[in-house]
Amino acid sequence: MSGLASVTASNLRKDVRLEWRSKDAVNAMLFFALLVVVIFSFAFDPTAEESRQIVGGLVWVAFLFAAIVALNQAWMRELRNQVLDAYRVSPAPANALFLGKAIGNFLFISVVEALLVPLFVVFYNLRSVGPPWQLVPVFLLGTWALVVVGTFFAAISLRTRSREVMLPLILFPVSIPAVLAMVEATTMVLTGTETPQFWMTLLLVYDVVFTTVCLLLFETVLHAE
Amino acid sequence: MSKIFGRFAALREVTAAFQPGRVYAIFGDNGAGKSTLLRVICGLASATAGKVMIFGSRERSVFTSRLGYMGHAPMLYDEMSGIENLRYFAGLYGISDSARCEQAIVAVGLDPALTRRVGEYSQGMRQRMSLARAAIHDPEILLLDEPFSNLDPGSARAMGQLVAGMRDRGKTILVVTHQAAHLAEIADESLWMSAGRIAAWERGIAAAERAAASAVVS
Repeated sequence: MSGLASVTASNLRKDVRLEWRSKDAVNAMLFFALLVVVIFSFAFDPTAEESRQIVGGLVWVAFLFAAIVALNQAWMRELRNQVLDAYRVSPAPANALFLGKAIGNFLFISVVEALLVPLFVVFYNLRSVGPPWQLVPVFLLGTWALVVVGTFFAAISLRTRSREVMLPLILFPVSIPAVLAMVEATTMVLTGTETPQFWMTLLLVYDVVFTTVCLLLFETVLHAE
Repeated sequence: MSKIFGRFAALREVTAAFQPGRVYAIFGDNGAGKSTLLRVICGLASATAGKVMIFGSRERSVFTSRLGYMGHAPMLYDEMSGIENLRYFAGLYGISDSARCEQAIVAVGLDPALTRRVGEYSQGMRQRMSLARAAIHDPEILLLDEPFSNLDPGSARAMGQLVAGMRDRGKTILVVTHQAAHLAEIADESLWMSAGRIAAWERGIAAAERAAASAVVS
């Protein structure tokens, strides 16, 4: 277990260092999500009440598409110079690579979310009717849901010829329950109509189930030819 | 063992036994199966038929920490410096001693204090750093795939000396190369591979010399 924890930490440090130096994933995500914010705000010009109804969907669609960029980038680094092979021939646990990548992606996407949420508030004139703090667990659970499944499927699509197209094709259908829960929970908090208890529980269950499944299967994915 | 990709047989019923502490040079034309042989041995590819046993076992866990592999590509992160790369890869083998990483870099003739990123290294420096990475955990077996490729004569000679030094420390080394001359003083035995088979197995680099001679005659 200590080996898993230390190698996971080592992978996370490495990924953060690589991203800090290149800023490939964060910059790409930031610009993409920013475009979505600006374009939709011009296209819809909603009232404050309409914003509360639609922003949940807009936010998560923007982050979902932006996350695809980060998820592809994360594994591309391992393909350059065949670095992944160096990991595969080592005795390091496969799950340490998966967890390091997933936690790294979670951090990068969270940074982008933290930067863009205030912009959504400004551009859509948002005032939450429900308690805004409830959005924090929704974002944490929702982002992990995107990241854990996305990191896993990005690893699967790594060896396919058109991996950029392949990832959304296999990721989006599997993410539908999570996206539905994120959007509904966010809308409920913003409109203050109901408590998002059910949708947050669904997100939590989704996270636990898919994290477990991904950890169980990742070694097979890593060592597949 | 055999290794088949689709309709192409990269290795055809290859049978070989490698003895500890010896240097084996593996020669052959492009596509003869040399690199595939190394990849199957180190576990990056699985044999379609037959089996590979290392230290008397087929279990990966038995040999991964006792085997080092240097591939065609440097297998290093371009955005990190040499010492950062080695610290990371050492961590994969449970080594947290930074001094050991520095020693490994010095052993291949580079400066551990070099802050330049690997992406800015010359080809010779990348090859040396790649060798340091493959040997960071002091493995008993080293598989080197084209360690002399794209090197100028001086760098290739230095790489040959590094391999000789490892042989003197008792390592079992399998070297795939097209440049037999660099292994003339080092190799104990040589194999000539052709169309996925071991066509010749001789002392020194005789297999390469004989194959070269027959190619000239034909």
